[in-house]
Amino acid sequence: MLLLECPYCGVKADETELTPGGEAHLKRFGPGSTDEAFEEYLFLRPNPKGVHFERWRHAHGCGKWFLAARDTATLEVFGTYTAQTTEPPEHIIDAIRAKRPDWSQA
Amino acid sequence: MSTRLSTGGRLIDRSRQLTFTFNGKSFKGVEGDTLASALLANSQTIMGRSFKYHRPRGVMTSGAEEPNALMGLGKGAKFEPNQRATTTELFDGLTAESQNHWPSLDWDIGEVNAALSRFLPAGFYYKTFIHPRPFWKHVFEPVIRQSAGLGKVPKERDADRYEHFYAHVDVVIAGGGIAGLQSALEAGRAGARVLLCEQTPHFGGRAPVDGVSIDGKPAEDWVAATLSELEGMDNVHIRPRTMVAGVYDHGYVIAYERVADHTPEADAPRHRLWRIRTKQVISATGALERPLSFPGNDKPGVMLASAMRDYIVNWGVSAGDRTVVVTNNDDAYRTAIAIKQAGLDVPCIVDARPEANGALPDQARALGIEVKTGMGIAGVKGLRGVVAVKLCRQAGEGAVVEEVVCDAVAMSGGWSPVVHLWSHCGGKLNWDEAGAFFRPDHARPPTSHDGAGFVTCVGSSDGALYAAEVLPNTSAATRGMLGQIGKTAADAPVVQADAPDEAPLAPIWMMPQGAGPKKRAKMWLDFQNDVKVSDVQLAAREGYESVEHTKRYTTLGMATDQGKLSNINGLAILAGELNAAIPQVGTTTFRPPYTPISMGAIAGEARGDVFQPLRRTPMQDWHEANGAHWEPVGQWRRPYCFPRDGESHRQAVNREITATRNSLGLLDASTLGKIIVKGPDAGRFMDMLYTNMMSTLKPGKCRYGLMCSENGFLMDDGVVARLDEDTFLCHTTTGGTESIHAHMEDWLQCEWWDWKVYTANVTEQWAQVAVVGPNARKVLQKLGGDIDLSKDALPFMAWAEGKLGAFDARVFRISFSGELSFEVAVPASQGRALWEALLDAGAEFDATPYGTEALHVMRAEKGFIMIGDETDGTVIPQDLGLDWAISKKKDDFLGKRGQQRSHMTDPARWKLVGLETLDGSVLPDGSYAMAEGENANGQGNTQGRVTSTYYSPTLDKGIAMGLVLNGPDRMGEVLEFNTTGDRTVKARIVSPVFYDPEGEKQNV
Repeated sequence: MLLLECPYCGVKADETELTPGGEAHLKRFGPGSTDEAFEEYLFLRPNPKGVHFERWRHAHGCGKWFLAARDTATLEVFGTYTAQTTEPPEHIIDAIRAKRPDWSQA
Repeated sequence: MSTRLSTGGRLIDRSRQLTFTFNGKSFKGVEGDTLASALLANSQTIMGRSFKYHRPRGVMTSGAEEPNALMGLGKGAKFEPNQRATTTELFDGLTAESQNHWPSLDWDIGEVNAALSRFLPAGFYYKTFIHPRPFWKHVFEPVIRQSAGLGKVPKERDADRYEHFYAHVDVVIAGGGIAGLQSALEAGRAGARVLLCEQTPHFGGRAPVDGVSIDGKPAEDWVAATLSELEGMDNVHIRPRTMVAGVYDHGYVIAYERVADHTPEADAPRHRLWRIRTKQVISATGALERPLSFPGNDKPGVMLASAMRDYIVNWGVSAGDRTVVVTNNDDAYRTAIAIKQAGLDVPCIVDARPEANGALPDQARALGIEVKTGMGIAGVKGLRGVVAVKLCRQAGEGAVVEEVVCDAVAMSGGWSPVVHLWSHCGGKLNWDEAGAFFRPDHARPPTSHDGAGFVTCVGSSDGALYAAEVLPNTSAATRGMLGQIGKTAADAPVVQADAPDEAPLAPIWMMPQGAGPKKRAKMWLDFQNDVKVSDVQLAAREGYESVEHTKRYTTLGMATDQGKLSNINGLAILAGELNAAIPQVGTTTFRPPYTPISMGAIAGEARGDVFQPLRRTPMQDWHEANGAHWEPVGQWRRPYCFPRDGESHRQAVNREITATRNSLGLLDASTLGKIIVKGPDAGRFMDMLYTNMMSTLKPGKCRYGLMCSENGFLMDDGVVARLDEDTFLCHTTTGGTESIHAHMEDWLQCEWWDWKVYTANVTEQWAQVAVVGPNARKVLQKLGGDIDLSKDALPFMAWAEGKLGAFDARVFRISFSGELSFEVAVPASQGRALWEALLDAGAEFDATPYGTEALHVMRAEKGFIMIGDETDGTVIPQDLGLDWAISKKKDDFLGKRGQQRSHMTDPARWKLVGLETLDGSVLPDGSYAMAEGENANGQGNTQGRVTSTYYSPTLDKGIAMGLVLNGPDRMGEVLEFNTTGDRTVKARIVSPVFYDPEGEKQNV
């Protein structure tokens, strides 16, 4: 059972306190977008073995959505950060590079 | 025969006699006995029967790995099947029954399976019962069901209670043997918060039985001194009878405490489940002895050497008078020595190794025991016990050299470290060639949130099997672990443990090594599931090369002991047959729990009334007192109807509807979701959330709206009221409130975080009553107050705030029934008083409380959709004829792009219509409209389905709604609907609005 620190309230939350929200940093495509772009936005997810950015909501706590950088295979957590960003912040990228020198952002 | 010895037994108190029953017969035991030791003391050597062949079985072990001695314990509401006699502490009045036998333990009809065993090899069921097909259902399955199943399911509700316990510690130590104690000492002295768990009632593990000395004194003295030092430490918590069951991600650990299994009358929970977060786990779980695979190794009287030693030393019980010890290692000599020292005979030690010259063999010889090296067992004589063993050369094919008369056999095939807790979360193993076992690979530990290892194996669990290695190994490993959590080990010297040196074992996987097919078919690997050497070899020959496939094909390791006893033996046989090295074959996956834990412990307190929280409206007590029949809705419980004396539910529903339509009905609508959306950008946000235009709604007005997912599918509906320029009140469905609120927050926090909007779920802050019917206005006017309720001042789809009598009310002129209807919301604290005031004022109008079913029927009579009935996550608003509620002016809203996809705009989508049976009957719920022809799977084609169906008392006939192919264009057409039987029902396509199509009644 994962333990993730909510970046808003600082609580180290058990997985049972959280609800998952899938991949982070999706760019929304609305009316006027092509079928391909909309399909990619709505359905296509890379499901990597390794570094993954994902959405979690501290549903049974402060209610805030936050983002986590995590290794899907080892479950190592590189960091959690607030959701009001379109890309992972620098300190998260640094934390990943420190542990996974070969990793490159897709 | 087994019996109680006149002396000895370090764990028993002979002065305290206990009485218990086994298969209805009364027996005596003593305080400190396990059920297994007490049965052996009473010469009850047969304790169960195997699963497949129903072979008579005796106890094989003295611990958690026991495959044979499984019992049904207790009676009635306290009955529990499949309990291991070896881990069951005896208490006065215990009742046990053996399992898997019919008609009796001593004479079992299923034994015929054993006689047929050569016709029942691995995969027999898969191969045999495929053809002919009908035979499975009518012949094979009933016969197999009769004899299959392990233990009986309890018939009564569990009378015991259970609890969960949460703990946060630095270190969980699993195992209270000398390694666990030493580790606790190191961690405790360093100031770490330690939870030390031992699965048995006793600490010290095997060391006191095996004659180990520590610091020059008997191990028992050191154990006692260490325990007392640990008990004096505030930061160390010690739990006996507590098994660490599983290790999970990020240091989550489950432990299972058997609080009151041994004191069933105590006022205590029976089991306690510990839910622990720890920084580190120490696995001091020891090692388990392996059986040897020789013909007849499953007969009652054949036992693990270590278990036989345990029964003598711990409980003063002997397995037999003349015991042959068979081994591939030095450790088993301890058993021979213990037997001899107890005054019993050991005719010989059969050692498969070419020579045995260590300290222990020398000691055995000095006691006059004959050691036969290079020898093995070619067979065991006796049907329900051991009469003699046949000896042969280990190197040969099993030609009998001599027969030795004996009544028990102690076997040892070496030891396997218990690496379960290391492996649960992904720790990897290495094969240790010298010890012939898997041990933890320290370079590949299970890792936690920081990427560092969080489980450390110490002592035997780490592969340090010899007493002298255990304490230095434990101290070094524990100190390393302490460094990881920022603690510094105390500067104390590590005490020395001593035991005679042991020579290496010889890896013996089959005895004799050249045994032919007949002998191999009598060498048991998995005792409970009757998997033999021949079965694993057959699986390998039939192409099951993966160990995971072999496991499932043969059921090796799938019994309740989960392969603890002999999985390694099975892997070695498989490797031999595949000509592969054992590490290449690998192990099956170690999964929690370590041994089975009770369902009660998993549930804890979450049963009955506290299984889930119950949400209550302010009027709930009134409903309860007035005979409401309940319907669960989410975590609410809503009145389905209020039946009066002698009334059926259907009669009550019909009465409620008729009263409402003719005069006045009252509905507790407090559960309806109420979400506030507020801020300068609230209108903009509402336009994105709803398919229709909400920003143009004027304060004081209401509008019905639809919410869709980004996919385009209809999620929720409800009436929105604009409270002021900045504020909207969104009514949602009762069940959808929390998810809709979460949906709003998701978009606000993660997509439009710069919009100035707040949301708040205020559902429980308000009580709401729907006042419905031609007399609705009259009853509200009777209450008085300052709100003008006239048609002109408060028209349909308007709302007003003010005093209604003494109540602080918001009155919404909205209708879900088609009648003149006001929904009155008051602060929750005034809800019950409002409800009763309405009943009083409405008495002259026969004010009738109605429930959810009347609500459903009335909305269906009006053709209003219900989320969850007309929608199922694949339905878009356009399917339901709700195009009028979808804005064409807005550039964007959630679901707009989704609804533009080709499948969503396909003219062939099923669309909402009303359905009327030709005979006036009620269409079955879920019926399909049948179409011509068959699909690719040979199933009949369909052209529609029923989504809502009711009896309408207003119209006195069945009414239904459904989704039908091109439905709105086929008015008047008659379709044929299926039922669960052969019968079909004809129904005509009509408008979904059955009642008051012009909407005149709600607009008065």
